[in-house]
Amino acid sequence: MSARAVFLRPLTAFLECLGGAFLDLVEEIGRFFYILYHTLYWTFRRPFDGREWMRQMVRVGVDSIPVVGLTSAFVGMVMALQMFRGFERFHAESFVASVVSLSLTRELAPVITALMITGRIGSALAAELGTMRVTEQIDALYAMATEPVHYLVVPRVGASALMLPPLVAISNGLGILGGWLVSVNLLGANPVVYWERTFMYLDLNDVFSGLIKAAVFGLILAVTGCSKGFYTTGGAEGVGHSTTSAVVMGSVVILLSDFFLTKILF
Amino acid sequence: MNEHTTRSGAAGHGSPKITVVDLWKSFKGKEVLCGVNLEVHAGESFVIVGGSGAGKSVLLKHLIGLIHPDRGHIIVDGEDLATAPPAVCLALRRKFGMSFQEGALFDSMNVFENIAFPLRRHTKMSEAEIQARVAACLDLVDLDGVATKATNELSGGMRRRVGFARAIALQPEILLFDEPNTGLDPMTSAVIDSVIIGMRDKLDVTLVTITHDMRSAFRIADRIAMLRGGQILAVAPPEEFRALPDAYIRKFLAGEPFEEDVA
Repeated sequence: MSARAVFLRPLTAFLECLGGAFLDLVEEIGRFFYILYHTLYWTFRRPFDGREWMRQMVRVGVDSIPVVGLTSAFVGMVMALQMFRGFERFHAESFVASVVSLSLTRELAPVITALMITGRIGSALAAELGTMRVTEQIDALYAMATEPVHYLVVPRVGASALMLPPLVAISNGLGILGGWLVSVNLLGANPVVYWERTFMYLDLNDVFSGLIKAAVFGLILAVTGCSKGFYTTGGAEGVGHSTTSAVVMGSVVILLSDFFLTKILF
Repeated sequence: MNEHTTRSGAAGHGSPKITVVDLWKSFKGKEVLCGVNLEVHAGESFVIVGGSGAGKSVLLKHLIGLIHPDRGHIIVDGEDLATAPPAVCLALRRKFGMSFQEGALFDSMNVFENIAFPLRRHTKMSEAEIQARVAACLDLVDLDGVATKATNELSGGMRRRVGFARAIALQPEILLFDEPNTGLDPMTSAVIDSVIIGMRDKLDVTLVTITHDMRSAFRIADRIAMLRGGQILAVAPPEEFRALPDAYIRKFLAGEPFEEDVA
């Protein structure tokens, strides 16, 4: 083997690997926007399956309240604990309430809730649609002249985008309550002052922008889960792969889009 | 089609319901269909046989538009599925009923809901009419007392028959069967064949079945086509098919390995 070949072979392999990864990324993005486009296209077309919408809204919204509530309350409690230790260094303990409420409504509640729902629902959507794909149930829908995106994806994405804002509202409330409980009962803060300071610097715009973020995150996590499931190949192993990557990709896209949404909304 | 091709089996049947012209399809550079030509006549039971990996399922999925060809035409009642706009394709699919290999039943629904699904989706039937239609479909496939069962409670043969019932719910003009006997014991397989023959006799439909089970093919076919290497090797009625001199077909019928394939 010539010296030139010895040098070129690993370089070619590296470039092939890089090119392959780039093509995979472009394919993923293409699938995401293809499903998103078709979801928006079919959302306002008949028949409207109200029963399926309701079923998905209960699944995404009502059934997620315990896990979202629990995590939000603890996030609020940890926030209060951390802020108190920091703020007491320059005697600003009374601002703990304001920081907790602002950071929860503007940032933490939407992101934490979206990540929890990605784990709970994004993965379930990928597994459900992936199983339907490998067992030919999606082909059966096509064969029955039913557009699978219309029947399967639209109610799931719609339910997710609609139910994330109420979940974030619950998350806001329970997070603030968690912070109040820790500050008042553990750190000796004045309950009335804490309550006043919670709302003193809180603007309605802070809450609304958090809810808008939540709706966008809901859309992203459901479209990611559905597109991963929809394009599953390779049997049980393929379903497992789709499920894992739905959570990973969904979480990454949520965190990336969070930056841009924050830049636009605030 | 080669010199073995014959039209005599279609005697008494109508004009072409489905015409496939020079159909080509490849996956990741591997040619699966290499210029398939065939005609399915209205009202006949057309069976496509071939070995594993011959491209039977791919061909069947082309017929209903589940797979888009690289080249060629699939003409159903004068409309080309390969070039028709999506809305026309969707309307053409209403003419088809398809039964999948393992039934492809929706596991989130019970048997009744599975069969009622296309009726609820595409008709304005009342609940009473839907119940009557589902009962009629189940009766046609010789299934009784399973309407409220979950799909995971059904045996392999029952799943196929529920799949048949769902496929005929909308009274399609063309019924497609993807390997209806695969994985079934000979007795259940015979039951499935008799259900298919019953549907052919009682319904005004054109049947297209793919299978590698020759016993089943001879039972249900008006004409049999052999698919090999992505091309139609021969088309003939069952009796003529048995007598075809082609070496590959003779080995296939005898269930013996073909030298070229082994090599």
